[in-house]
This record gives sequence, structure tokens and C-alpha cells, in this order.
Amino acid sequence: MLPSIPQSAFFRRAYQGYVLLFFIYLATPLLVVALFAFNDSLFPSLPWRGWTLDWFLGRDAPVVGLLHDPDLLRSIGISLWVALFTTFFSLVLATGNAFLFERQDFPGKGLLYILMLTPLVIPGVILGVSILMLGSSVANGVENWSGYGIEWLRPGLVLVVIGQFAFISTIGTLIIAARLRKFDTSLEEAAMNLGASRLQAVATVTLPFLRPALVGAGVVSFLMSFENFNTTLMLVGSDAPLTIAMFDRLREGSTPVLNAVSLLLMLGSGLLALFSVMVQRQR
Amino acid sequence: MKRSQFGLGFWLLLAPLLLWLVLLILLPHVDLLLISLRLRSGPGTYRFSLHHYAEFFTEPLYWRTFLRTAIMSLLATLLTLLIAFPLAYYIAKMMRGRAKQLLFLLCLIPFWVSELVRTYGWMILLRESGVVSGLLQWSGLTGAPLEMLYNDAAIMVGLVYTAMLFMVVPLITTLDSLDDSLIEAGYDLGGNGWNLLWEVVVPHAMPGIVSGCIVVFMLTLGNYLTPTLLGGKDSLWFTEQIYTQFITRFNWEQGSAFGILLLLLSSLMVWLGLRLSGQSFTQVMGR
Repeated sequence: MLPSIPQSAFFRRAYQGYVLLFFIYLATPLLVVALFAFNDSLFPSLPWRGWTLDWFLGRDAPVVGLLHDPDLLRSIGISLWVALFTTFFSLVLATGNAFLFERQDFPGKGLLYILMLTPLVIPGVILGVSILMLGSSVANGVENWSGYGIEWLRPGLVLVVIGQFAFISTIGTLIIAARLRKFDTSLEEAAMNLGASRLQAVATVTLPFLRPALVGAGVVSFLMSFENFNTTLMLVGSDAPLTIAMFDRLREGSTPVLNAVSLLLMLGSGLLALFSVMVQRQR
Repeated sequence: MKRSQFGLGFWLLLAPLLLWLVLLILLPHVDLLLISLRLRSGPGTYRFSLHHYAEFFTEPLYWRTFLRTAIMSLLATLLTLLIAFPLAYYIAKMMRGRAKQLLFLLCLIPFWVSELVRTYGWMILLRESGVVSGLLQWSGLTGAPLEMLYNDAAIMVGLVYTAMLFMVVPLITTLDSLDDSLIEAGYDLGGNGWNLLWEVVVPHAMPGIVSGCIVVFMLTLGNYLTPTLLGGKDSLWFTEQIYTQFITRFNWEQGSAFGILLLLLSSLMVWLGLRLSGQSFTQVMGR
């Protein structure tokens, strides 16, 4: 089963057919979502009633397009803020972690490394509820003891950021640590021989080297936060990020305005993907 | 340059890591365990009790849902592996150069699209007035609209679709590192495709298979979105029970017990997977 080894033409064709079928399977749901954003019908389903841009631009109920749907626009804004904060905090922690795990030896390092990986095997729903409960336990404790209420430990956007940060940091750490491992430390030593302090050496030599990984980890973190559903569902208060808002509408049954949002999401993450690929190229 | 003395820098790096792991990972789960083990004995007072675990084993709806979720997740993992393996092999071994990179990137596309959008796509495809039903009617295979949503098959299709990426990527990575000459040598020694698959390719790909299976099983078990949307009201997924206890019934003790049980199941599966393949957790997860 190698190109260099002769195979029957039938087997070769059948194998190619299988691969083709796989990619059709992969693409179909996404294409269908995009296509129905332009269907001139109140429901995202057949029959096809002709092309329209109403689901982006429509003003009059029931045909309210995305641009005139304040709830959806607001939830997009919320998701953007949540993703920005989560990405920022995760990147800072992940960079520190990478230096700690790659550059230092200390007792208990192996154990901490395993603990650092555990968020990967904790189901998102469980991570969400456990943080929700700890938040409430602490808030209740403080309130009973001092009468002072800590609002941000109750379900809401702060808790959503905390919950997403808890597992996204692990992924950032893995990406950045993998790149740091390839770094030749003699370059840093050379900078220090030339009179740079340790911090200066890291800032001028090591961090630029890490840039592709930082951008990659940033993009992945941003997307994971923006698209997260399980953890967010458990921690959300009255302000709904986009995935939660879309989920609520999906369950009620919605107009193709959801297809319009989905299409924009796909385009947005496509651009992000392109951006990260371009940054990774220029090493 | 490993430095053994612990300077200020070391503590500045260690402190955030410890804060993160203790406050956001360890403590919440210890809290989860403690809350699951208490029973309300009066207003604001609690005592130690296994009541909520007993409840799980005596109420058939609970343990049946649990069992069903576990079995369906195993099945989904197996299906994903079966579908992904030939594909991964094709990309890793039969393709060369740019075309190979392009196909690999294409495999990653679903990752860039939110799970919600993917599931929505399947809803549009499978619903009664949906695309597949329309195609079947148009081709004359069926006379009336066909509802394909809200059953176990629909859940399975969605789960496998969502999980596919996490299987394909580790498989391609490990298969890519298999030296072609090993396969050629196997042929020279008189093996056929089938022997080689089981004696050379699969053993070599084992790390990828295990890490793919662990991640897929975990994600499927903890999935909430796909079973709810594609399975409808009767999807009976265990995460829905957890959600109901926490958010709808506000019965945090029962919900915590369910959470601990789900966590135990997923840890057991991860442990079994590692044990059966003789790998370490850090190897598999750290990639």
C-alpha cells in the first residue's frame, strides 16, 4: 500500500473514491449552512425560493437581517470581549509556564506537568460546574462572614472568562513550550556575553524567536474561547455570548439569520487561519 | 541552561502556575467531591452521606442514561477510528508534497468552524424538510418527506463528524513518521497488504491511535450540544442530566455526584487506554 508498490487499478480507484467521499462528508454541512443564508424563505430548509441578501440586510419583521438584529450583534460583541480577555491571560500564563517547564528543574516538576495536562481530559461541562460551585461557595462564605457580596463570583462574564482560561492555558502552554524546546540557548548566552541582562536577552532574542508560537497559540486560544460552548453554558449569567445566543435560537427554531451569522463566523475564522499560516511561514 | 538555584524569576514563574492549578483545577474538583458527599439535613446544615450516589444506582433513568452515554461514546470512538484510519493512511503514505499538505489542511477545516455551526449544518441536512429528504424525494426513492433528525443515528453522525479531526491529526502525524522502506521490506519478505497492516502499520501507529481514541472518547462523553440538538428531547445524554440537576432543578448535590461519576468514567477510560497500549499520560497528551 505505497505508491511505489503496484496495486490493482480497482483498489486504487476505490481508495481514491473513499477519500473523495470523506471530503464531501466533511464539507457538506458547512456548504449547506452557507448556502441557506441566501435562501429567500422564513425557514432554513427546502424548498429553495430564490436568492436574497435579506438575512444580512433585512429590516422588517419577520425578515430581520443580522445587521438589524441587536441581540445577535450584542452577543457577538460579548464573545469578542470574552475571547480577547481569555486569550490575553492565557498567553501570559502559558509563556511563563513554558519557560518554567523547559528551563527549570525543581522537585515536583513531573507532578505539576501532569496536573497542567489534566484540563485536557476533564469534560468541559464538569470544569464549568466545578468552577461555578467553587465561585458560589467562596461568595457565600464571604457574604456570611463579612456581609460583603462578591458579584463577579456569581454566574456571569467574569466567571466565563475564568472557566475558559482554566483549560485554554494548557493548550497555549503546549504550543509555546514546543517551540521553546527548539531554541538554542547559546544565542541567549551570546547576548548576555555582549552585555545584555538576562531579561534583555529574553526580550530581544528569545521572544522574537517564539513569535510564531505566540501568534499560533493566540489564534487558537481566541477561536477556542469564541467557539466554546460546554464550559460557557454552565457559567453564563444574563449576558449571552454568541454560542449561547445561537443555541437558544436553534432550539426555538429560527429564521436563516442564523445561517448569516454562521457564514460570517466561518469567514472570520478563515481569515484568522490564513493570518496564522502566514505568520508561521515567515520564520 | 538549567539553573538549579531558585532565584526570584523562578518564583515569579511558579506562582501563577500554582495559582492556576490550585484555584481553578484542584480546588473546584475537591469542592465538587465534597458537595456530592453531603446531604441537606436542615436549613443551611449538611451532613456526610452517600445518598446522592445511592440515588444514581436506584433510579433507572440515571444509570441507564449513564450506561447509554458510555456505550454510545465507545461506539462513536470506534466508528471515528475506522473511518479516519484509511484516510490518514492515504494522506500520510500515498500522497506527496503540496497535495499532501493541502489535504492535511482541508482535514483541519472543521476545527475552524464552531461546533454549533457544524451541528446546525447537520440539522439542515437531516430534518424533515431538509436537504437529504429533498434529494431522496427528488430521486424518487421515497414518496413523502423523511424525518431523519431526533434519533440515535443522527446523534452518532454528529458526534463522529465533530470528533473526526481529533482522530485524523494524531493518526496522520504518527503514520507520517513510519519509514516507507519498512513497508517495502515487508513486501519483499513475502507479506501481503493485510499482514503488513497488522504487523507493521498498526503497531507503529499505536501512539496516535491511543491518543486519538482518548481525546475522542473524552470529547464525546462530555458533549452536550450535539446530542441535545440532533437527538431532541429523548437524546438521554448524561451531560444533560448534569445540566438539569444544576441549572433547572438547582439540586447541586445530585449534580455534583453525577459530575464525579462522569469524571471517574472518563479517567478510567484514559487509564485503560494508556494501560492497554503501554504509554504514559505525558507522552500521549503532550503530543
